[in-house]
Amino acid sequence: MKRFNWPIWTGFLLSLIALLSYPFVFVNWPVTRDFPWANLLLFGLAIVLLFLGVRRAFSPERRRISKIAASILATLSVLVLGFFVFSFFIASRWLPAAHGAPKVGQKAPDFTLADTNNKQVSLTSLLSEPINGKAAKGVLMIFYRGYW
Amino acid sequence: MRSIQQSLNKFHEVGIRPVAISVDTPEESRDLCQKAGYTFTFLSDPKAEAIRRYDLVHAGQGINGQDIARPAEFLLDSSGTVRWVNLTENYWVRARPEQILEAAKAIQ
Repeated sequence: MKRFNWPIWTGFLLSLIALLSYPFVFVNWPVTRDFPWANLLLFGLAIVLLFLGVRRAFSPERRRISKIAASILATLSVLVLGFFVFSFFIASRWLPAAHGAPKVGQKAPDFTLADTNNKQVSLTSLLSEPINGKAAKGVLMIFYRGYW
Repeated sequence: MRSIQQSLNKFHEVGIRPVAISVDTPEESRDLCQKAGYTFTFLSDPKAEAIRRYDLVHAGQGINGQDIARPAEFLLDSSGTVRWVNLTENYWVRARPEQILEAAKAIQ
C-alpha cells in the first residue's frame, strides 16, 4: 500500500473551498468582496498543492490508478478555478447599461411599493418622514437583484 | 446590504434613510430581514414597475426567467433630486458606506 497522496486531495478540496467561500463568506466584507484576493490566494495555494500531488502521483513507484486519480482531480480543480474566474470577472459584468436611469441633478421618479408589513410606502413619504425626530436630509435607494 | 446595516446609525445621524428595493415579495423580504438582521426599509416591486421606471430592468435574470433589477444606488436629497449615483459594472462590487456618507456630506 502506497502512502496516501494528500497534496492532491487537499489541493482539490482547497479549490472547492476557494470557490464557495466567496459567496458564503468573503462577500460579506467590502475589502474581500470588491476584489476576491482572498479567494485567489486560496486558489494559488491549491495549485501549488495540486502541482506537488501530480508530481508525486507520476513518480515511477506509484500505481497507474494513482496517476489517473491525480489527473482527474487536477483537471477538476482547474475547471473550478475557471468557473470562479468566469463568474466573478465575466458573467457578473453582463449588466444592462441603464442609460435611462435618473442622473445627478434630475428628479427621481416617485413610486409606491409595499414594505415587509404589506404597507404601501411612497418615495415622497420616505423623503418627508423624520428620522429619530429630526427632519430627513435624504434617502439612499439601493436596488438589488433579490433572492427570488 | 450587510455593510449598510452596520453603518445604519451613521446614516441616520446624517439624516439619510436607506431603502432597499427588489422584485422579492414582502414575505421574502421579511424572511431575509429576520435572518440577516436588517432593520431598515425593504420595498417589494414584484412586477418591476419602479425598477422599469428607473431603467434598471435586467430582463429574464430571475430564477424563473422573470425580470429583476440590476444593482444600483441613488442618493436623493429631501426634494427628491438625485445627488449621487452608483451604477456598478460588476454585480459583486457595490458602493461602500464610506463613499455614500461622503456624498451625503454635500447635502445641506
